[in-house]
Amino acid sequence: MAELGPSGYSPYPVAVYENLLNPPPGKALMFNEIVDEEIAMREAAKAMLTRDNPTIFPGPQVLYAWNEEAREKARLVRKMAEVLGAKIIPMYDYRPKYPKIDPEREINPNHPNLTIWHNNIKACIFIGVHCHYANVALKIIRAETDCFTIAMCGMAGHEDAMITLRDQHTEEIEKFIRIAEEVKRELGK
Amino acid sequence: MSFKIFKINEDLKEFMPQEIIDLEEKATWGNPKRGVMDLPYSKELLEEHSLCAGCPESAAFRYILASLPNPEDTIIVNSTGCTSLVFPHIALHTVHSLFGNQSAIASGIKRTLEWRFPDKVKDVIVLAGDGAVVDIGLDCTLQAFFRQEKITTICFDNEVYANTGGQESGMTVKGHVFKMAPKGKQWDKVPMWQLAIDSGCHYVARLTVSSPKRVEQVIKKAIYVAREVGPTYVHLYTPCILEIGLNSDDGLEEMRRTDKERFKFFEYMTDAAKEVIERKKKEGLI
Repeated sequence: MAELGPSGYSPYPVAVYENLLNPPPGKALMFNEIVDEEIAMREAAKAMLTRDNPTIFPGPQVLYAWNEEAREKARLVRKMAEVLGAKIIPMYDYRPKYPKIDPEREINPNHPNLTIWHNNIKACIFIGVHCHYANVALKIIRAETDCFTIAMCGMAGHEDAMITLRDQHTEEIEKFIRIAEEVKRELGK
Repeated sequence: MSFKIFKINEDLKEFMPQEIIDLEEKATWGNPKRGVMDLPYSKELLEEHSLCAGCPESAAFRYILASLPNPEDTIIVNSTGCTSLVFPHIALHTVHSLFGNQSAIASGIKRTLEWRFPDKVKDVIVLAGDGAVVDIGLDCTLQAFFRQEKITTICFDNEVYANTGGQESGMTVKGHVFKMAPKGKQWDKVPMWQLAIDSGCHYVARLTVSSPKRVEQVIKKAIYVAREVGPTYVHLYTPCILEIGLNSDDGLEEMRRTDKERFKFFEYMTDAAKEVIERKKKEGLI
């Protein structure tokens, strides 16, 4: 199963090797279980609120104002960060950077582990990252860190994340924020 | 392309690194009059490069990227070689082809873009080294010229296979000795600019990158002619200072020296190309 924690630098740190596939529409994937979206959202919020240095990694699809939905999502990402008490570190493009990235300010999909190690991030949310690079980055994080990864995907999801929420648009993100506020109250934070 | 994709959402702007904010605010998008004179004041499309210190190719890259009249709608197709190490770092659409088939890839991209976006100008440029353009890819290069593909081909000629240790190439000068060519080259340098003319290119230029302003003019002419008339070819001498035993700061002098010899500025244009160039000059775009 897609266990939390390093896969021992496995050359195949890939969830599909463990028979994990993306959840069907309306559902979510939590570790190796298909669950209701709300349950997964609750667990995702809990992970972000209880683990060290929670961080949101917004990708180009929410960082740039290329359509109205992107603008709205950016506002919601900001709000989500406030509710979860999370840092925001952008994944603004996918070019490998020479000679090296500044891990305090950015995350690069070609070596996302550097940012996670440097900031000791134990829980993170990927949002607005194009699927092919989210796939690459989540595999690397899964193999080389003990970070709890949550993918909020506008499409079919990413089985390499610990929690996969699929078809996430503004309405769903608003729902996640509402749930996060509830969980926060329950935790007395 | 929509300029909106460069616009950062205000809600997340404070988290973005300065170099990305500069790309939105200080890069010269949407301005066909952009050129090398903007370099000191504007944000370059090449953030950093991974070439050797003092490599003339890096200068060539800066001048070419500063001279593109339409960077937001330009796609560069490159191939294996020193140049391909730079492409991941530039803020443009680039496609890495297999070694030598860059002109075939570019032909397909250009035709598809013309079909998909008939009302938009999309420039397709092949930018590759002498190994890819002249040796391994000569077939694809010439066939694209024969087919009159509307693409600009730019060859960075360093006269050697540099990043694999110094094997002779078709562009190596007769008699030159390299680490992997100890007996010296036995044959003459391929006159690629002449082959380009004979194969149907409408604008051909041969030069070094010692003069930024001249590089700008040549690149703009080549792109404007390719847009309207047919294939164009630019042959740039970008010496490999390591392989010819020079220091990092000797590249410019080497180019200035060859400016007077085998890379003396040479320009060819057909009547149709001349008409386009004159018109663009009148419009103040060249």
